[in-house]
Amino acid sequence: MPSIHCAARTAVRTVFALLAAVALTACDSTALQFRNTDITGANFGTDFSLLDPEGNTRSLSDFRGKAVMMFFGFTQCPDICPTALSRATEVRKLLGDDGQHLKVIFVSVDPERDVPEVLKAYTAAFDPDFLGLYTSVENTRKVADDFRVFYRKVPTGGSYTMDHTATSYVYDPQGRLRLAVSHQSSAESIAADVRILLQTASSRP
Amino acid sequence: MKMKIVASLFATLVSSATLAQVAVTDPWVRATVPQQKATGAFMQITAPADARLVEARSPVANIVEIHEMVMDKDVMKMRAISGIDLPAGKAVELKPGGYHVMLIDLNAQVKEGDVVPLTVVIEGKDGKRESIELKAAARPLNSSGVMPMHKH
Ligand SMILES: [Cu+2]
Ligand SMILES: [Cu+2]
Repeated sequence: MPSIHCAARTAVRTVFALLAAVALTACDSTALQFRNTDITGANFGTDFSLLDPEGNTRSLSDFRGKAVMMFFGFTQCPDICPTALSRATEVRKLLGDDGQHLKVIFVSVDPERDVPEVLKAYTAAFDPDFLGLYTSVENTRKVADDFRVFYRKVPTGGSYTMDHTATSYVYDPQGRLRLAVSHQSSAESIAADVRILLQTASSRP
Repeated sequence: MKMKIVASLFATLVSSATLAQVAVTDPWVRATVPQQKATGAFMQITAPADARLVEARSPVANIVEIHEMVMDKDVMKMRAISGIDLPAGKAVELKPGGYHVMLIDLNAQVKEGDVVPLTVVIEGKDGKRESIELKAAARPLNSSGVMPMHKH
């Protein structure tokens, strides 16, 4: 832990000047050592206006005080979406009591099929606290663009599937976009990063 | 010369005999929520001789396709493919993140614990087809597909 390192550094400072410099670097950077991609300062994905399954308009600012993990997908997805949402369930479990300070949001890129009832039942099957959001077909494109999320309808067997960006975004409790989480990231790495975001927020004056 | 003919005849016999022993293990289907119209089926297939999974059918869905999921940078793409090669003796996995049997236009919700009948059609090098009837268990929607005691 940083405090031990820093104490040790103070003790040996005069003798091991070089070692001390290394330890100092370690102490300063520990707070921002994320395991997922740090995109702090990103100028996209700043907010959204979407509908929840009850028809209420929701925006990112509704969740101030909580970390938010946001993912775009569609409920007919047999693969990436269930995996990402299962992982989010796992992250909340790993966070223990802090899990309640993480809001998981699933935004549909397929509002034609992801009608409110389906969306609600789908997210609830993973965790009743997860929130499914949607908007009109036209607005979906606009929101996805705002978040640099790609999606596309691909015809298959008289129906269609969706190609879509599999990256999840994580916001800190102040509502700032902080992390891009790849599909391959582990629940453990996300939980560790969210913990940092929650701690940093609570230690703020 | 005679020996060679006998040998190749024997090889043919062996290959059609072993084709009947294609092993399909741990077939499962991801459960759905009401009104969700599609889901995926997963399994491991081991063919004793080179073969190919060419078709799948199920009474629970009007359209059944063989799909491949690929990541193109950070974008998920899912495509129908004509089949999956099954190299001799190799366990080919249909699992989340790779191949799956796509069940489209479901007739009803697939509930956790349901037993879903599934037929897979395997074609040998000789063009002969074999249908294998499976009973796939429906696992929860949030199933990762990894069996806890199944560590490799
Ligand atoms: Cu998906
Ligand atoms: Cu598919």
